[in-house]
Amino acid sequence: MPAIEAHHLYKVFGRKGREGVRRLEAGTDAKELTAAGLTPAVIDASFTVDEGEIFVVMGLSGSGKSTLIRMINGLHPPTAGHVELYGENITAATGKDLRRLRRERISMVFQHFALFPHRTVLDNAAYGLEAQGVGKAERRARAHEALELCGLTGWDDHLPGELSGGMQQRVGLARALAADTDILLMDEAFSALDPLIRRDMQDQLIELQQKLGKTILFITHDLNEAMRIGDRIAMMRNGRIVQIGTAEEILTDPANDYVAQFVADVDRTRVLTASSVMEPPAAVLRSEQGPRAAHKLMREHQLPTLFVTGRDRTLRGYVTEDEVGRNLDRPDITSLLRPVADGARVSPDTSLADLFGPAAETPAIAVVDDAGRLLGVVPRITLLAALSQTDPTTEPTTEPTTETEAARA
Amino acid sequence: MPEPTPALSVVPSIPIGTWLETGFTWFKETFDDVFDVIGDVVTGSIDSISDLLLAPDPLVVAIVLALLGWLVRNWKLGLGSLVGLVVIIGMDMWEPAMETLALVVVATVVALVLGIPLGILAARSPVASRIAKPVMDFMQTMPGMVWLLPVLKLFSIGVAGALVATVIFALPPAVRLTELGIRQVDGEVVEAGQAFGAGPRQILKDIQLPLAMPTVMAGVNQVIMLALSMAVIAGLVGGGGLGNEVVGAISTLNMSLGFNAGISVVILAIFLDRLTGAVGTRRPGRGRLRELRDRFTRPRTSTPTSTPTERV
Repeated sequence: MPAIEAHHLYKVFGRKGREGVRRLEAGTDAKELTAAGLTPAVIDASFTVDEGEIFVVMGLSGSGKSTLIRMINGLHPPTAGHVELYGENITAATGKDLRRLRRERISMVFQHFALFPHRTVLDNAAYGLEAQGVGKAERRARAHEALELCGLTGWDDHLPGELSGGMQQRVGLARALAADTDILLMDEAFSALDPLIRRDMQDQLIELQQKLGKTILFITHDLNEAMRIGDRIAMMRNGRIVQIGTAEEILTDPANDYVAQFVADVDRTRVLTASSVMEPPAAVLRSEQGPRAAHKLMREHQLPTLFVTGRDRTLRGYVTEDEVGRNLDRPDITSLLRPVADGARVSPDTSLADLFGPAAETPAIAVVDDAGRLLGVVPRITLLAALSQTDPTTEPTTEPTTETEAARA
Repeated sequence: MPEPTPALSVVPSIPIGTWLETGFTWFKETFDDVFDVIGDVVTGSIDSISDLLLAPDPLVVAIVLALLGWLVRNWKLGLGSLVGLVVIIGMDMWEPAMETLALVVVATVVALVLGIPLGILAARSPVASRIAKPVMDFMQTMPGMVWLLPVLKLFSIGVAGALVATVIFALPPAVRLTELGIRQVDGEVVEAGQAFGAGPRQILKDIQLPLAMPTVMAGVNQVIMLALSMAVIAGLVGGGGLGNEVVGAISTLNMSLGFNAGISVVILAIFLDRLTGAVGTRRPGRGRLRELRDRFTRPRTSTPTSTPTERV
């Protein structure tokens, strides 16, 4: 069962919001509604977030992402549509039921921390448990644990005002974690922090997520942040979700010009992985074949080196054109095998940035799975082609100057 | 006064005052018993407080009040209060001053008991806020002495009427500043409370009221100041205390008596203002007692470090 399901959410601010939804459903342009005094903040947003996933909603300010996240935990009632948390409709819940759902299912980290300035750090972190009615001793112990988990030790008795921004947000995170809910909503949680601390917090969040397996709905206006932490990303523009996909999908296959322009200046080498650029191993020699077969393959494919695999496709090593050519009479290939250096055999998840070093040493990098089976190869030329946004098989159509301009935009 | 000449005017006469009086008379006749009870309770409580203040030797009471000033703020306020209170004793104004103080204390308590909940209501309900605003304007801008008239009819001459007039006059800041204080609380912080599943009552008690406290205390301070000024005017209807002295001084053109009483009012006002101001500016998050304990366990060093932050 998915952790979060959002079904056709609409939020139209203004007196006749429902009327506005009907007009939007009928195909009226959002701009016409604005002229009529209505503010459509979120338009027909549907998505599901699976348990244990980090789902990022990415959009510029005014794109409706903060309104969207507040509809997930019912801080803003949607004008139309509904949200289910583990199959329970939180949109229809009121009063006691709504509060119970929030206590059990969902906690939130805020952009400007929203700590309680009159409570100590420990009592801030314990707030969720306090709302749940947990006894004082237990909630303090658990809050203390959560603070330690977030890297805040020894600040329990201080007031939030005495902490730096990064530390305050750790308290915010600890408050959400201590509540021990399944889902964590993070509303631009790191946007108010300076870049170094932000990076640090992102790493820590990923680490915590792997340790605790929380479902995280994260909102940001920073695409690099979205790509860094998101398993999947929803791109929002003017209240609509324009694309949902993994970082790689969005980067390699943007749904429209807006997204394409947006991703233009992302550091692709940190987002793309070996698996997304590797080519199927078309020319591979099996270890029981001989040097003549190798020679033929290499000439056919014009390869200076050739990977050799066993019967179960595990990578055994490689041979070079020179040596094969000098030893065509040998009965088998094993005597000519050279081992593949550790750097030149990588897992599919390796980012492109980590392939450049090995690529300088060998003409092709082998991508292997955990069992050592060859999944694909990344020739040097493919790696370079992946860096430009154009497909390696087609000629670049734009002038270099306009391309750099697009990258800057 | 010349007779009005309605024949020449297109505007018909609008006797709002007469209407109000008619309504008021009905009101008084219907609820006469209620007002008797209120009058008795009020008079009783004011009398007992002023009895309490007047029972010991004036110097003892002055020292106790000065100590209070020292506790909530610093030795300077303590010393200043002592000097001021001794001056009141020296001017032979102690007894009326304590009567006025008793009236102010009771009026303040009543105004807060009514005003703070009203302010909370106004902060939560836009309708209540829209109703409260003009009513508060009416209460505050109506010349204070006008309130003495209906009050005089309800309670006749005496301290009860003085108290009601004082409460009416002093109530608005309690409502307004409570509402303002709660509305000023950062929306995201309130959202945080909601997001973690706290109910409206929990949010009010644990988040909104504590964070609104400095503003509410500013309101309390204003209530006390207004109560003091009105308590003096209420001398006209038998409020007793310094008001009585002032009225007496005016009717006999006794300037020295007038200034003695007036200066006593000034001293009381400054004392009460500084005292409540100090309570309002204390650090959020630390209990009053704990702060006091800190001050005693760590004298001198803790005072400068713990107070300069968060001055409102």
